[in-house]
Amino acid sequence: MIKARVTVTLKNGVLDPQGKAIEGALAGLGFSGIGSVRQGKVFDIELDTADKATAEADLKEMCERLLANTVIENYSISIE
Amino acid sequence: MIAALRLVSGREPLIVWQTETALPSGLDLIIIPGGYSYGDYLRCGAIAARTPVMRAVAEMAKKGVLVMGVCNGFQILIEAGLLPGALLRNASLKFVCREVKLQVSNAGTAFTRAYSSGQIIRCPVAHQDGNYFADPESLARIEGEGQVVFRYAEGTNPNGSVNDIAGIVNETGNVLGMMPHPENLIETAHGGTDGRPLFEGILGKAA
Repeated sequence: MIKARVTVTLKNGVLDPQGKAIEGALAGLGFSGIGSVRQGKVFDIELDTADKATAEADLKEMCERLLANTVIENYSISIE
Repeated sequence: MIAALRLVSGREPLIVWQTETALPSGLDLIIIPGGYSYGDYLRCGAIAARTPVMRAVAEMAKKGVLVMGVCNGFQILIEAGLLPGALLRNASLKFVCREVKLQVSNAGTAFTRAYSSGQIIRCPVAHQDGNYFADPESLARIEGEGQVVFRYAEGTNPNGSVNDIAGIVNETGNVLGMMPHPENLIETAHGGTDGRPLFEGILGKAA
């Protein structure tokens, strides 16, 4: 069993109105000095294999084909 | 959408499920209507775009069959890779449900041929993720190729779409995606008929 975490974030230059709204709310709570907030997604995935290389290849394909929209998002994969 | 097709064509559209793996031959037009799909989890249209029927739709699109996606249907076509770009959350973060003005930017497509180029029409919108985005190179390409067919006009852009883009076609011109709902403005009981020429144009060609 391999546990992996996939993080999907918006590419630079892609407007993130949700991040902006969160940024505004944090400022409203009195947090000062926030440069910017960008919202992303985290996927914790358990894979039924012991082979790290296979897992990594599978996870990359999952990102390319579904988890990330590579037009607007970047992804990173970390394996435990 | 089904009522619109019945009204304009006088025929009964065939309805297929997302689990279908093949579509019949001889189709005049494939429509992916609006609404919601799979809770729009992950990203709007993302799960629906990976269903079996969408592989069949992609095959038909490749053969030149006319395919049109409205609202969630547009999001699904984009997620399926049949149209370029992406649809982000509305810049206002709000669901918009109102009437906008659309300019017909390209009346030379199979979908818009019953309009004239530059014509301004009324059309309703109802969506939360209709903010069209494409990277600068893709944007220059679709603008250069005349792939933008509808733009929000007269300051009515409801979602922050780049270049006021409301609807685009693919490179070969047989796949259309648009956020506004032309099917909701096709008879006088709707308060107008500005959406009707779209269906008449498409079905006229198909007949």
